[in-house]
Amino acid sequence: MKNQTEKTSIVNGRSNWCLALLSGLVLASCNPAGSGKLATDTDNGGLKLPEGFGVLVVADSLGAARHLAVNAKGDIFVKRRNIEDGRGIVMLSDTDGDGRADKQTGFGDYNGTGIFLDSNYLYASSNTDIFRYALDENGHVIDPNAPDTVVTGLIDRRAHNSKPFTIDGAGNLYVNIGAYSNACQVQDRTKGSPAMQPCPILDSAGGIWQFRADGIRQTYGDGERYATGLRNVMGIDWNNQANTLFVTQHGRDNLHDLFPELYDTKASATLPAEALFRLDKGANAGWPYTYYDQEQKKIVVAPEYGGDGKKESTEDYLTPAVAFPGHMGPNDLLFYTGDMFPEKYKNGAFVAFHGSWNRAPEEQAGYMVAFIPFKDGAPSGEWEVFADGFAGVEKIAAPDDAKHRPCGLAQGPDGSLYISDDVTGKIYRVIYEGGA
Amino acid sequence: MKVVHNRTLFRGLLVALVAGACMACGGNQSKDSGTAATVTDTPETVEQEPPVLTAGMTAGKAIYEQNCVTCHQTNGKGVSGLNPPLAGTDYVTGDKNRLIGIVLNGSNVGLEVNGAVYSNAMPAHAFLSDEEVANVLSYIRNSFGNRADTVSAALVKEVRALL
Ligand code: HEC
Repeated sequence: MKNQTEKTSIVNGRSNWCLALLSGLVLASCNPAGSGKLATDTDNGGLKLPEGFGVLVVADSLGAARHLAVNAKGDIFVKRRNIEDGRGIVMLSDTDGDGRADKQTGFGDYNGTGIFLDSNYLYASSNTDIFRYALDENGHVIDPNAPDTVVTGLIDRRAHNSKPFTIDGAGNLYVNIGAYSNACQVQDRTKGSPAMQPCPILDSAGGIWQFRADGIRQTYGDGERYATGLRNVMGIDWNNQANTLFVTQHGRDNLHDLFPELYDTKASATLPAEALFRLDKGANAGWPYTYYDQEQKKIVVAPEYGGDGKKESTEDYLTPAVAFPGHMGPNDLLFYTGDMFPEKYKNGAFVAFHGSWNRAPEEQAGYMVAFIPFKDGAPSGEWEVFADGFAGVEKIAAPDDAKHRPCGLAQGPDGSLYISDDVTGKIYRVIYEGGA
Repeated sequence: MKVVHNRTLFRGLLVALVAGACMACGGNQSKDSGTAATVTDTPETVEQEPPVLTAGMTAGKAIYEQNCVTCHQTNGKGVSGLNPPLAGTDYVTGDKNRLIGIVLNGSNVGLEVNGAVYSNAMPAHAFLSDEEVANVLSYIRNSFGNRADTVSAALVKEVRALL
């Protein structure tokens, strides 16, 4: 086994060339070929993982790699936040079986984050629309230039405009329409600007909308608001055991900037909770009127709506299934259904934390992938850090200090876990190699 | 050829190599972040000592830390995709009227800053006094590697009257 901690401590920009130079030697001496297993990287791509896990960097330099999906043959589809050379989706293939992508093609001339695969179609979202591409028997897109438009005309007012989505087993599609606002003030993020009551944004955003996965050119009137009171949801996945939707919400920002008399910079750095919600139809998670305080363990009234940081809400809003520290940016959610990882991980949730920006002047946090054990469709233990070390620096004062930031999660046909990075566009493949 | 078998020795070798590389490439990256002690008369170049902060700028630093730092960050480099940098932008070191306008009015239009756009909203800061605005702008015009003349409270007052 490789010793991750010692190796990661020396991984930085300057030593990369030595590692590259020497990794061949280490591989040759430590990883006997012919075992039928994929050779993971000696430095695990710079990541720290629990004992028994290894990492293989499948690809790099893809640009802002957001969500991703893997087909039954192991080809990877990555959604780029911004198009490069007119291409917003990248397909990566490994033709020689060493686990590394050696073929790359692209299509889809739109920005965006969401991507999803079922056995017949690849679905991908721009910041306003959702498209689908028919697949052939190899899981390849038949005509990259002629997708169907499944959903169109969703609101995009720059802030929180990503449209992550998922599809359940019954052909229903659930898409996040993020609120184009921090806390529904008349003037966004502006000190002294009053909050709107009721918040009009919730009519067309700040929730999850449900459509048919096989519909054509559906828009607001064709779908329905499945759940509301969600500021911006980036992680969204169907849980087969609970047979319902779970999402991760990015909580509100700027408590100290807007209400310095109620919140100091420390409180503002950790509040409110980033939340994993179980979302049944009709659920209301309370944004912008309330937020969840993970330290007081209660739903409190937002200061814009008369709260003082302590006043508990009397409304019947949703309590998070898991409450994480503030601003860590849960950018993707994946329920692990594979057979490769140890039993503990089965049906549990992985959450990719993109990392905070709203903690300055305090140190930033997140920049890792967490795991939450689940039993019978509900969390059954504390969350823990699963994969760390993406940032590649000891202290993250400002987000742009991070060399990599985890953004998307996907499961491969063999049960590998894929993680995307949207700083340089790295794709990491996490493999369980056994405890030996 | 003989392959190194001893992993400890091997790791030692690796560390030595890396250390060597670091020493070879390492400059003095640890610039003093606080107040600068000296002022130099060097003409406008990329590498120069940060200017001395006047009393107004020091007051402006406090305003920055209270009102701007969460978004534009302690290093003035902003956040990719969300909040633009204040380091090395024409908006900051260029036309003062435009700069004052952005701070008083806020901006939520997707300004193009050094070739990139940012999705967040910049709040209006009309609640700051003329002097506070002048101080924070004088501070950002002379921080994060920027160097430009200061902004006066009188000018802020003039621009505010036009809004
Ligand atoms: C809530 C986050 C936020 C806060 C707080 C904030 N800004 Fe901004 N700022 C932005 C965003 C976002 C933009 C780009 C707006 C646009 O695209 O229309 C911006 C743009 C700017 C610009 C012009 C573009 C550039 O980068 O040169 C300046 C100058 C600026 N801000 C200065 C300040 C100052 C000074 C303060 C404090 C008094 C401040 N900002 C507070 C988010 C913020």
